[in-house]
Amino acid sequence: MKELVTYLAQALVDHPDEVRVSQVEGEKSIILELRVAPSDMGKVIGRQGRVAKALRAVVKAAAPRGDKVVHLEIVG
Amino acid sequence: MNSVEKTGKTVDEAIALALEALGAEREDVDIEVLDIGSKGFLGLVGARPARVRVTLRNSLDEKIEAAKAFLAGLLERMGVQAEISVEEGEDRLVYIRLTGRRMGVVIGRRGQTLDAIQYLVNVVANKKPGPRARIVLDAEGYREKRAETLRNLAARLAKKAKTERRKTVLEPMSALERRIVHLALADDDEVETRSEGEEPYRRVVIVPKRR
Repeated sequence: MKELVTYLAQALVDHPDEVRVSQVEGEKSIILELRVAPSDMGKVIGRQGRVAKALRAVVKAAAPRGDKVVHLEIVG
Repeated sequence: MNSVEKTGKTVDEAIALALEALGAEREDVDIEVLDIGSKGFLGLVGARPARVRVTLRNSLDEKIEAAKAFLAGLLERMGVQAEISVEEGEDRLVYIRLTGRRMGVVIGRRGQTLDAIQYLVNVVANKKPGPRARIVLDAEGYREKRAETLRNLAARLAKKAKTERRKTVLEPMSALERRIVHLALADDDEVETRSEGEEPYRRVVIVPKRR
């Protein structure tokens, strides 16, 4: 999961080397925290959050079935 | 005409002339300086014009390559194996079709995942300079099948709207799907269609025309 988010974010931003993804695992959920360069925030959020929404949809689809719920959070 | 050679007093002037000849912007071309030119001695002896070759980059090809590479990496990380085929249409439309197993994962409920991947592929591919490519992503013919379903649904609901003489509201759909419904009923003189509501809950309404 972490690798997928890193890959997607790096493809979208201007500073791929500043992409950081950390994974926090809870009992029922996995939280993926995505950090990018401040100037790249718009790139991973998009107009009206469209990019962020698409990212979440892909992450959700890739999550193992019946397992924990996966949340993607973009941290400023 | 993909490439021109031009001369000018300076390299910049030669480039400007070449861009004009190609009708292109600077970010859409590759520039090769053949001769930086020389003002000569006191501008009199041995003056030589600057010479450049300017080649139009096929920005659509570059975008398609970027789209394919991004998509291949994405599918791999989703644990999906698929064959990717590309077909160019008119107006910079590019159809990318996926075939393989587990395409359900790629498509998702009502094509939600497919729409999300398609959106990301468009964003990534169009980071490259030049006019926008419009990439349509399909998996196992899902979009065509869905279009057929929508056309049938449109015809059925139009009939219902006419016999019951009242407006019929469809479920929320994406702009692309609404367009299919509008087009399907465009030739029907007895009904009118319009879209109502705000995204993402915007929906098609079929209204019978008064006689």
